[in-house]
Amino acid sequence: MLADKDRIFTNLYGYQPWNLAAAKARGDWDNTKKLLELGPDAIIEEIKASGLRGRGGAGFPTGLKWSFMPKESKDGRPSFLVINADESEPGSCKDREIIRHDPHKLIEGALVAGFAMRARAAYIYIRGEYIREAETLMAAVQEAYDAGLLGKNAAKSGYDFDVFVHRGAGAYICGEETAMIESIEGKKGQPRLKPPFPAGAGLYGCPTTVNNVESIAVAPTILRRGAAWFSSFGRDNNKGTKLFQISGHVEKPCVVEEEMSIPFSELIEKHCGGIRGGRDNLLAVIPGGSSVPLVPAAQIWDAPMDFDGLRAVGSGLGTAAVIVMDKSTDIVRAISRLSHFYMHESCGQCTPCREGTGWMYRVMERLRSGDADVSEIDMLWDVTKQVEGHTICALGDAAAWPIQGLIRHFRPELERRIAENVREAAE
Amino acid sequence: MADRHLEPDSPELRARWGNFAWTKDNEAQAKVIVARYPAGRQRSAVMPLLDLAQRQVGAETNTQGWLPIPVMEYIAAYLDMPVIRVVEVASFYTMYNLVPVGRFHVQVCGTTPCMLRGSDAIMAACKSRGMHKGHTTDDGLWTLTEVECMGNCASAPMVQINDDNYEDLTPERLDVVLDALAAGKTPKAGTQEPGRHTVEPVGGPSTLTDMVKANHDYRKEW
Repeated sequence: MLADKDRIFTNLYGYQPWNLAAAKARGDWDNTKKLLELGPDAIIEEIKASGLRGRGGAGFPTGLKWSFMPKESKDGRPSFLVINADESEPGSCKDREIIRHDPHKLIEGALVAGFAMRARAAYIYIRGEYIREAETLMAAVQEAYDAGLLGKNAAKSGYDFDVFVHRGAGAYICGEETAMIESIEGKKGQPRLKPPFPAGAGLYGCPTTVNNVESIAVAPTILRRGAAWFSSFGRDNNKGTKLFQISGHVEKPCVVEEEMSIPFSELIEKHCGGIRGGRDNLLAVIPGGSSVPLVPAAQIWDAPMDFDGLRAVGSGLGTAAVIVMDKSTDIVRAISRLSHFYMHESCGQCTPCREGTGWMYRVMERLRSGDADVSEIDMLWDVTKQVEGHTICALGDAAAWPIQGLIRHFRPELERRIAENVREAAE
Repeated sequence: MADRHLEPDSPELRARWGNFAWTKDNEAQAKVIVARYPAGRQRSAVMPLLDLAQRQVGAETNTQGWLPIPVMEYIAAYLDMPVIRVVEVASFYTMYNLVPVGRFHVQVCGTTPCMLRGSDAIMAACKSRGMHKGHTTDDGLWTLTEVECMGNCASAPMVQINDDNYEDLTPERLDVVLDALAAGKTPKAGTQEPGRHTVEPVGGPSTLTDMVKANHDYRKEW
């Protein structure tokens, strides 16, 4: 188990105050000037060497992403950092804890990352439903300004950097990076076609990088303790520590920072008091938030919780939001409810997603009650394949994958319900 | 997309809201908000200003607030943008109420992580108090909505009522919260599980135990 001294988010549970004085006593904002004196290129190299992969779900190497930003502005356009705090993926609840209990880690990270990518300012896009969390974040930003850590000559580094907080208003799709940029520009959050990629033309047509809250908030600690420290955790290609969020049918749901690649069984037994009703009562797990396919009990138990380990069992790490389902779960309903979620959150821009999410939900509801024909299972599978990969953003894929996971692993259950329904109708 | 519609434009609506203007405090607040965005990009402020306006309407009507068309027109004029662009934004994002709501907007999360922890019983408890999804009770106290994942999955099930979250709910705990609100009191927000602080495992954290009592500095152990 990860030692407490190696945890980055030491105030994760908010037992201690979030304010600047308390954060400084825990080690935040400790001579940030010295970190910046490394210079932008050295910071990016250090982050690359640490093996940090984006914590928002896709797992793209963070240092590499930063290196795509222009080193100088040839045409006078400024660069922007956008921090994705639009945490809305069902199961995910980690950024909320960072923001309300350790906001200065995020704000210091914004300065460090913004400096490394030569950005003029950062916009933190926080989901609208995080109302109290946004209040805390705005107050923490103000504290940082008042202490001279942001603004002109931020942290006495000679670099001018601003941080602004932008609140969303209840649209999951704004977690997609180009939809988020549209939303900050004051429009409907509908994703843009890429290219151009945000690093070329993003917010206000300027070079922009969008990073998840956790990716940014861990950066100062990585620089302080060194890339070798961070990469000493986890397997190759899956380095570092990670906030796991365990919900559903465990004895004690919680958020906890652990080493990457920790086996599922260890995560559940050390921190969550085990599966409700014991290991034998486990049915299936959605290991990375609603967008990844479920994994049956037998395959998940020993799986390492990291990008490659979960891909090997046909799923993904996503945001490390672990949704546990025991044998009392109506598994068809659990997935159908996710289909409802995607139907509700489709932005309506692309036809396969706008029409497909509603269609898939309606078929899922009929499969739930068994009011369907067996051939419709294959038809549903086909439709998920027609939605997947045929939309501007990944919401279409995200809507398709949970259903594909269900059909792949629980087809007999779907067939049983249909057979039972037919038999009841006959009686 | 969500099933949403605008409150119809009518002479009564115009009479009530046609003279909408910022209060003195909100006027100052609006200036601060617009200053967050680059010059000439004031349109970026449309979302925070819609929120501010909804809150002002709420304060005037003693509800959570909503956005009548004349209010959207006021914001369009304030930001020098076409009215339809404001209406587009207001109707796209679900946190903007397009029709009047009650004093308390009870938003029950029904997505899978909450569903697994018993959100059906929470929804049923709301209904047994006379609430119906998408409606406001006759006394104007409660508006009930089923919402999608609110990001409180490790302390599910939960409801958000106006600006506060109530987590780790059971029907009984929800009743206590709703009774307190109805009586004009301010119930404790956050987890309703006795002894639980936030999202640590129930019964006490499995990690970082030094942090419970003191602001421990782990750097000495690096």
